[in-house]
Amino acid sequence: MIPELGHYALVLALFVALVQSVPPLVGAATRNGAWMNVAVPAAIAQMLLVLVAYAALTWAHVVSDFSVLNVVQNSHSAKPMLYKVSGVWGNHEGSMMLWIVMLTVFGAAVAMFGRNLPPTLKARVLAVQGLIGVGFLLFILITSNPFIRVVPAPIDGNDLNPLLQDPGLAFHPPFLYAGYVGFSMAFSFAVAALIEGRVDPAWARWVRPWTLAAWSTLTMGIAMGSWWAYYELGWGGWWYWDPVENASFMPWLAGTALLHSAIVVEKRDALKSWTILLSIVTFSLSLMGTFLVRSGILTSVHAFAVDPKRGVFILVLLAIATGGSLLLYSLRAPSLKAGGLFAPISREGALVMNNLLLSTATATVFIGTLYPLFLDILNLGKVSVGAPFFNATFIPVAIPMIVAMVVGPFLSWKRADLWAALSRLWIAGVAVVVAVAITAYVKAGGGPLLALVGIALAAWAFVGSLVEFADRIALFRTSFRNSWHRAVHLPRSAWGMTIAHACVGLSILGMTGTSAWQTESITAMKPGDQTTVAGYEFRFDSIGLVDGPNFKAERGVFTVTKDGRSIATLTPERRSYSTTRMTTTESAIHTTVFSDLYVALGDPTQNGTAWIVRIYHHPLVPWIWIGGAGMMLGGLVSLTDRRFRIGAPERRRTAGKSAPLPAE
Amino acid sequence: MTRILPAALLALSLTLPALTPALAVQPEEVLPDPALESRARAISQELRCLVCQNQSIDDSNAPLARDLRVLVRDRLQAGDSDAKVMEYVTDRYGDYVLLRPPFKATTLVLWIGPFAVLLLGAIGTFLFLRGRRGVTAGTDTAPLSADERRRLDALLRKDD
Repeated sequence: MIPELGHYALVLALFVALVQSVPPLVGAATRNGAWMNVAVPAAIAQMLLVLVAYAALTWAHVVSDFSVLNVVQNSHSAKPMLYKVSGVWGNHEGSMMLWIVMLTVFGAAVAMFGRNLPPTLKARVLAVQGLIGVGFLLFILITSNPFIRVVPAPIDGNDLNPLLQDPGLAFHPPFLYAGYVGFSMAFSFAVAALIEGRVDPAWARWVRPWTLAAWSTLTMGIAMGSWWAYYELGWGGWWYWDPVENASFMPWLAGTALLHSAIVVEKRDALKSWTILLSIVTFSLSLMGTFLVRSGILTSVHAFAVDPKRGVFILVLLAIATGGSLLLYSLRAPSLKAGGLFAPISREGALVMNNLLLSTATATVFIGTLYPLFLDILNLGKVSVGAPFFNATFIPVAIPMIVAMVVGPFLSWKRADLWAALSRLWIAGVAVVVAVAITAYVKAGGGPLLALVGIALAAWAFVGSLVEFADRIALFRTSFRNSWHRAVHLPRSAWGMTIAHACVGLSILGMTGTSAWQTESITAMKPGDQTTVAGYEFRFDSIGLVDGPNFKAERGVFTVTKDGRSIATLTPERRSYSTTRMTTTESAIHTTVFSDLYVALGDPTQNGTAWIVRIYHHPLVPWIWIGGAGMMLGGLVSLTDRRFRIGAPERRRTAGKSAPLPAE
Repeated sequence: MTRILPAALLALSLTLPALTPALAVQPEEVLPDPALESRARAISQELRCLVCQNQSIDDSNAPLARDLRVLVRDRLQAGDSDAKVMEYVTDRYGDYVLLRPPFKATTLVLWIGPFAVLLLGAIGTFLFLRGRRGVTAGTDTAPLSADERRRLDALLRKDD
């Protein structure tokens, strides 16, 4: 009964979404307030209905209702409760449900908190959001219905893929989807602004918080996915340039560009047309990512050709959303008035440079991901594009991007003095030299050249960002009290930028460290054996059997010592899940913040007396994710900037008088 | 057919049969000479496991990947240079085995594409910046027109 209720709520949500779209659009065109106002209750109702449907599906999973096909395919009565709940989104149908939940939550948030939006803009934004909802609700109901029953109901389910029964992965999709779907807000605002024919700084001020929120969660989602790969896949890789990863990386790159170009619209009323285009492109890339992973085209072009129902549906949605909005753009964009003027060397110029490089980076990933598929579909041959290609093409674009990222904030709006900016960065320059010298000394030659470049960039980004902050609060140029006062009163967006930019440096440090200087040992070990990796002694003490709720595991015990000092006891596991007949490695990691000691237990050798043990020393690797979390934090801090809050502009104007600050 | 990828949970339902952790290189494959072994690893990371989905032979525990890893190590021990080993493998398996595709007609778009985008973007940016450069000495940006000012004030008032 409850699954039928969920199904019914989903169908109702589809009709409510239609009500959210059509009358408000007509109302906004004819200036009919009553018709426009329909959008607000409709958006809230759509969210409630979708939540009811989602709750119904969760209920079916939690009570293990094996008369529901989706539960049979992805759950098992012995599965721990956490994974019964997270298993709801751990499959195709459920993940699309999560997608639509996020979409409607964002829509309802605009309906509830967008009181200061002009009525026509608000009606149109909600209408576009409703139209996206219509598309995806149709997709779920027609091709991916999670409420289908199965008769007769089996006694137990097939269990969820054990690799997904992991706390890190359990919370990865909600973050990722909040980011993906969050960019729909930027899209809806862009389309609404095109229909209105008006883009101004106020528009950018409304769009930026949504973009910031989406960007922050997407950053976190990608970082969590990368962290999970690191500890779960058994050898410590953290990024593979796989199409599935690229599918989430492209919207992130484009979203980063959007985040920056929207600043120019807000502060200087320039780059309007470009920002609108970026909003459209960013969400289109999110849709394309959904298409890539949901259609099955990545697994096999031929499998896709045999059963293309889902893929074609998303492709049509993508074509309508992207094609329609680009058509609208081509009709309306020329009439957008170009705004403030500026010299090439200026803050605006730096942000244009940022956008050029980020767009190129996006295009690089796009070409590398889609070109092999394109060739394959057209039967023009097969070509492999892997990590070496992306490293060769992406890194050359990323390097100038990081260099410019530090200089940009020193430039003033309209017209700036590049030499003056660079001379204020001398401390960062010194830091780069020192960091490279130390690295070359410690690592005796420093390893590959690229590693030294990485260290230099990390030092530049981290120290340079802090120098900018110190410069802003006039540290050491005025009394400490005064500096403190300035820091406290600095806009939160300035704090956010410093945190995020500095954390980019930390991430680069981690990426460089582990790529250049990881050491490993792959050996067959018996209990009692000892091996040395990077100066640490690993002793294999014992191995035993452990019973989990839905798995059995072999658990090894390793003692790690360094120069006779005890460092850690590590207990890696090799789990066998009975229902799915799969084994997973649960690697054991000891982190010292500056490096990770990583032990993974492999298969027993043929005579069964020894086990294949992989031991790694990953220098600096934790900083990849510390940096990632810090970038998200920077985004969130920026989000609390008072100018994004209701009524902020006027209050800020009065408040601004008492604080002796250059307006950011 | 092995590892699942970071964001792959998006693809769960699709890659399910293909998932096992990547525990590729086996102890008995490792060469005694560390210098030779590290060359072998570097080469392995450039070669595709032909029966896998987007994995190098260094990451894959498929039997074919293992055979290729052993082959690479055999050639290195026989004294081949890195380039010779690559040539040996591509002679037998074709260019498809290379994860960094060679520069040829079908990969032109792949290699030129990113640079073409950068170049076109740079030209576009240059033209745009030239157009925006109204700020010459002494003159400031165009002030808000009376109409714009009124609209802005109206919008700001609405915020309350």
